[in-house]
Amino acid sequence: MPIQEIDLPHRITYLSILDREGQVDEALDPRLSEELLLKLYRAMVLARRFDERMLILQRQGKIGTFAPVKGQEAQIGAAAALEPNDWITPSFRETPVEMWRGKPMENILLYFSGYNEGGDMPEGLNLLPVSVPVGSQMSHAVGIAFGLRYRGQKSVAATFFGDGATSQGDFHEAMNFASVYQLPVVFICQNNHWAISLPRSRQTNSATLAQKAIAYDMQGIQVDGNDILAVYSAVKEAAERGRAGGGPTLIEMVTYRLSMHTTADDPKKYRSEQEVAEWESRDPITRFEKYLTQRGMLDEQKIRSITQEIKAEISLAEQRWEEIAAKRIDPLDMFEHAYAEITPTLHDQREMLRKELEEKK
Amino acid sequence: MPKMNMVQALNMALRQEMEKDDRVILLGEDIGVDGGVFRVTDGLLDKFGPQRVLDTPLAESTIAGCSIGMAVYGLRPVCEMQFSGFSYYAFHQMEAHASRIRSRSRGRYGVPMVLRAPYGGGVRALEHHSESREVYWAHTPGLKMVIPSTPRLARALLVSAIRDPDPVIFYEPKAIYRAFREEVPEEEETFPIGKSRVAREGGNITLISYGASLMPTLEAASELSEKDGVECEVIDLLSLSPLDDKLFVESVKKTGRAVVVHEAHATYGAGAEIIARIVEKALLYLEAPVRRTTGFDVVIPLYQREQDYLPGVARIKRAVLETLAF
Ligand SMILES: Cc1ncc(C[n+]2csc(CCOP(=O)(O)OP(=O)(O)O)c2C)c(N)n1
Ligand SMILES: [Mg+2]
Repeated sequence: MPIQEIDLPHRITYLSILDREGQVDEALDPRLSEELLLKLYRAMVLARRFDERMLILQRQGKIGTFAPVKGQEAQIGAAAALEPNDWITPSFRETPVEMWRGKPMENILLYFSGYNEGGDMPEGLNLLPVSVPVGSQMSHAVGIAFGLRYRGQKSVAATFFGDGATSQGDFHEAMNFASVYQLPVVFICQNNHWAISLPRSRQTNSATLAQKAIAYDMQGIQVDGNDILAVYSAVKEAAERGRAGGGPTLIEMVTYRLSMHTTADDPKKYRSEQEVAEWESRDPITRFEKYLTQRGMLDEQKIRSITQEIKAEISLAEQRWEEIAAKRIDPLDMFEHAYAEITPTLHDQREMLRKELEEKK
Repeated sequence: MPKMNMVQALNMALRQEMEKDDRVILLGEDIGVDGGVFRVTDGLLDKFGPQRVLDTPLAESTIAGCSIGMAVYGLRPVCEMQFSGFSYYAFHQMEAHASRIRSRSRGRYGVPMVLRAPYGGGVRALEHHSESREVYWAHTPGLKMVIPSTPRLARALLVSAIRDPDPVIFYEPKAIYRAFREEVPEEEETFPIGKSRVAREGGNITLISYGASLMPTLEAASELSEKDGVECEVIDLLSLSPLDDKLFVESVKKTGRAVVVHEAHATYGAGAEIIARIVEKALLYLEAPVRRTTGFDVVIPLYQREQDYLPGVARIKRAVLETLAF
């Protein structure tokens, strides 16, 4: 037969477990412990409140430009589905994931208030720093996954990126590598429908982002990215597959950026209030809260006490941030981490700056 | 004449060239509906439509590669890199093809495109939004590399870049985007690529700078004149490639002393080339070693330390006074 259909091994499915009203699909429910469910809820609320607080600090001029995450807090489900030994290479819109992993809030504040000290990392987080050039961090996960397998570790590398990032050649190259070498990589795309002013529909002519997995013969799945249970389940399954030698997976989380792209952006220029309002009704926190309330795990009093704890936690972090910021403003620090060992030229340049600073005093 | 900031002046240059020449096409991320993150292309999508102002997918390599194809075909693409720090995905296309297609095809094909990119520090931005890496391009044979310093010059230079038969990298100093206004004539004005200008006359010492660094250089020159009685001649390079060495060499022959100022790193920076030319062409006129006042050889720090990195007025004045005291 000169013309015949080629059967491809993969199809794309869509997964949703928790609907807008907080109703759970019993058959798909990952049946997480009550402790974990509450921990997830608390982390989501903390991420939301911290984001709001950062926006206020930014408007007061106390921190610089940052990328708000409002509406995308279900990403925490992805971080929670990974083991502490799994690695994460994030973009710049994964603050909640970083917080879940253990990046201190005061470091996040330091970073966005222009202190390089914000990059200080507690040991053993297996979390790379924020990657600003869109699409550039996926291949790092591929290399880490190679290392993990090479060393016989049963761990995976997860990489986060946006819908816009799927247009970069680097995205396709990383997917291809991961599939060719059958590496334990979980590609997690936060499709928040916008790349600054470009809507998802004009970023790619494909019906889904998940289907891009098919081109590399890897598993691809689209999940309701505002449903933390679906996100958790999909990432868990992908990570288990990776651990078992089943290769990489592409997960498209369908979510929405409710806030501006960064604090320097004005979304009114390119999108309608109605669209935002429609997505507000699918808020990931609201539906999870409904679900937990219906299960009897939350009530108004409990929510109030969590809110208060979180408020205290954030102000404590702010306090620590201000203390560290007040102490650490040695300009000579810029020479500290250029190389493992300072070069002769940098040594001279540092002395020059030191002299200049002394004269200024 | 209307007074404009650099953003408005660049917008006018694009609009007028698009009106005059239907080969001019704009492409880049967020340049249409959003008008560009700095609003340089504001209103152009409404005026010229989506066939001439392309809000592209997020892919710098193909923005550059597609521009090359358009240019070879006979269009005059002007592509935007949202920040110069994100242009390295495009670097390969510019280095491997834009810069070489003319010589590779022995003159049969040219690549008359412009790659615009905001560059430089001083705007309290995130990582990758403050670098000055112009020499990557200026070091590449076949590319032209220009950096304007005022609104009027930005407009004139962009018009020349669009009309140039070869690929031009056009860096826009974002610290100057809205820093001041200047009269910009509505009538056509160009400024030749490959030419520098005297930004201030003086007889004691020559200061050579360009782009965003020109502001602190001029400020230092006027303070030195007022407080120290030192008259600096300030040369605004405008073109890094081709480099106009005549103007600064003549000036150094007159003053016998020179300081080069740029916020890019010192090592292998533009200053190194400028000083080499001075040594080659005016060594015997020199009365003191030529100094560089530049950014340090480290990644530009986040904004709390940015001003300690950038060559500011105090650092420039000190270099001038030390050079004079030599
Ligand atoms: C290589 C590169 N080009 C351009 C930019 C500027 N920029 C920052 S974020 C962004 C849009 C990213 O969209 P997406 O990948 O969907 O992530 P989101 O911002 O929606 O989280 C752009 C164009 C950049 N950071 N890196
Ligand atoms: Mg997006």
